[in-house]
Amino acid sequence: MNIFPVSASTFSGDIDGLFWLVTTLVGFWFILSELLLFYLIFRFRRKKGVKAQYIAGESRKEMAWIFVPLFFVILCDISIDLRTHSVWQKIKETLPQATEKVRVIGQQWTWVFVHPGPDGVLDTSDDIETVNELHVKVNTTTHYELQSRDVLHNFSVPVFRLKQDAIPGRAITGWFEATQTGEYDIQCAEMCGIGHGLMGARIFIDTQEQYETWMAQEIQKQQNYVASK
Amino acid sequence: MSKTDHQVHPSDHGHGHDHEMNFWSKYIFPLDHKMIGLQYLWTGLFMALVGGFFAYVFRMQLAFPGESVPGFGHVSPASYNALITNHGTIMIFWVAMPMLVAAFGNILIPLMIGCDDMVFPRLNRLSYQIFFISTVLLFVGFFVPGGAFGGAWTSYPPLSARAEYNLTPWGASIWLLAVALEIVAFLLGGINFITTTMNSRAPGMKMMDIPIVVWMINIAVVLFMFSVGPLVAGAVMLLFDQTIGTSFFVPSGGGDPVLWQHLFWFFGHPEVYVILLPEMGIVAEIITVFSRKKLFGYKMIVYTTFMVGILSMIVWAHHQFIAGIDPRMASIFSFTTILISIPIAVIFFAYIATLYGGSIEFKVPMLWALGMIAEFLLGGVTGIYLGASALDVYFHDNTFVVAHFHYTLIPVVFFGGFAGITYWYPKMFGKMMSETLGKLHFWGTTIFFNGIFIPLFFLGLAGQHRRIYDYRNFPDLAGMQDLRIFATMCLIGLLISQIPFIINFVRSIKNGEDAGKNPWKANTLEWITASPPPHGNFAEMPTVYRGPYEYSVPGRKEDFWPQNQPS
Repeated sequence: MNIFPVSASTFSGDIDGLFWLVTTLVGFWFILSELLLFYLIFRFRRKKGVKAQYIAGESRKEMAWIFVPLFFVILCDISIDLRTHSVWQKIKETLPQATEKVRVIGQQWTWVFVHPGPDGVLDTSDDIETVNELHVKVNTTTHYELQSRDVLHNFSVPVFRLKQDAIPGRAITGWFEATQTGEYDIQCAEMCGIGHGLMGARIFIDTQEQYETWMAQEIQKQQNYVASK
Repeated sequence: MSKTDHQVHPSDHGHGHDHEMNFWSKYIFPLDHKMIGLQYLWTGLFMALVGGFFAYVFRMQLAFPGESVPGFGHVSPASYNALITNHGTIMIFWVAMPMLVAAFGNILIPLMIGCDDMVFPRLNRLSYQIFFISTVLLFVGFFVPGGAFGGAWTSYPPLSARAEYNLTPWGASIWLLAVALEIVAFLLGGINFITTTMNSRAPGMKMMDIPIVVWMINIAVVLFMFSVGPLVAGAVMLLFDQTIGTSFFVPSGGGDPVLWQHLFWFFGHPEVYVILLPEMGIVAEIITVFSRKKLFGYKMIVYTTFMVGILSMIVWAHHQFIAGIDPRMASIFSFTTILISIPIAVIFFAYIATLYGGSIEFKVPMLWALGMIAEFLLGGVTGIYLGASALDVYFHDNTFVVAHFHYTLIPVVFFGGFAGITYWYPKMFGKMMSETLGKLHFWGTTIFFNGIFIPLFFLGLAGQHRRIYDYRNFPDLAGMQDLRIFATMCLIGLLISQIPFIINFVRSIKNGEDAGKNPWKANTLEWITASPPPHGNFAEMPTVYRGPYEYSVPGRKEDFWPQNQPS
């Protein structure tokens, strides 16, 4: 069943997998509890001449009704915890070596993306700045450096299963590696004021050639702009 | 409390004397815990209508973006933000807290432990008065220059701290003051609850004879008191940031916005349990009475509830997995969060086990109680998804979260609240409510409630975030409009389903069948006095001989055995 959007990063599959693990385990307990609840409601509905039983639930034997299933609940919890830990480590705790770098800046109420330009280094004169349009290369490990110019924002790329708060005063570095080309939504996922609902951007996951074509266009635009001054 | 004590201190608040009270001293400035409880209940129910109306407006905007909403008009981005912010604030602080904690705590504690009133009746009255002022203040926030605050109920700085970011200089400060005053009101009320429970129990009532709902309200209050300090401190700091230019939470002045998140959620998460526990107590009372069964594992439930309380204090950072805190903290908080499923599972297993071997009668309060268990299970299990840090990366601030917490809070606040109201209504007003209207209310609410929030799980899975007023700005999500319209229609259905309740509630006060002392044949002490109980509660102060859940005891002719009846 495909209820998630496109899976377009190296770790989105891990998150989807964790989702299905949790769904299987908690789904089992949920359905079991509901069935039991409805069975008991139906089975022990009031009937003439049938008195309720006196069960205190204080003896060890009766407590086993609770603690035996609880033991299995704990086993499920532990397996979810372990899997969660390993997925989390992969996504957020490790920072694999990157070949590309991009700076992402949130401000009320647009996204500014700073691409390093041909020299591959940020904060040089050939940096390319775009608004609400992020270009990344497919199959390339990219580091993002997330900043905010005013309030909290959140850089959310649903197809990557990626989300990170941008905090004014800090630069937070994270990573992603796109696995599929295309054009998708970026949302701001942290309330950032009146224009919060407008603060969307698009991510373009390009092939090497597409990326170079785009980059050439941007360099041309920049030169035209400088010349016009 | 012995008879002599009772005669010595009532000079303080007048019961024991048959003096006539006028309208003002009886209804507006009462000292009687029951009347104060009713004041909280009415305010809570009224605010639920306000919060519900807000939900109607912003859901209409989501379903039909840009179109005028009947009864409200055009929804601007600023008013959308103000509506969602105040919907959340109202439902938590002005509905859940007054209804579940203050109203039921006030009405039930003295009656159920067998005493004449709260230990500090004047403090109790002050608590409601401060709460009332906070309510008025919250509304004032809508009519000041700049309009009402729209920075979400979590009020994260720097957005909430600086007027140049939120554009609501007055709204933000008034909102914050209203919340702070509301908290002061509940602190005063809570002091009364604990003191009364610990000191004024009827002779013979041991700790393990206290009805479970009184236990749970008290544990909830203790939890509230332990957790609220940091929030009050934070609120004062935030108010200074807004008004006199300090920078506790503003990075440009050297502050840290994440500090607020810690202070807020250190309170905010236990708060979930502050609301949950009283309601779990209410449900427990009702399922035992209507299945004529002893509560399964009463002591175990009490101890487990303490464990829930302690655990709830060490999970707050699960709201901050992606908020820029050290990622190595996440696994620890993920673990503690998922750990909380264990005591909660114990309590719910015990409730389900209580039904085993029962003689279950489906009166309206029982329907709400069973409905609460059935619906809350979904809220509980979906919490696991969000507790798991790596999944939270996807679901954080997503409508999956919205669906999850409405699946916990609506069963808790409304199913639990309606269970309590319909169950204790005969005691509050001396009349029975209509079963037919009650069932109509129950089924309408249940069906439409699920109709609203099941779609939100799927919208969330598709990547839709909360707090965004127009999805036409997001091409990947724009096409899911049918689901949003469906959810909105169900919300309108849910609101319409409340009409039978309102009619039932108002009409039955006059026209209901007389309830008598003990219409449900329950054991706890509130059912041994007149309905409604007189000021001072009991004609003769009760003595307690046994625990509260001795139903269907073998060898007895009757299937109930009131706590005050000598064997």
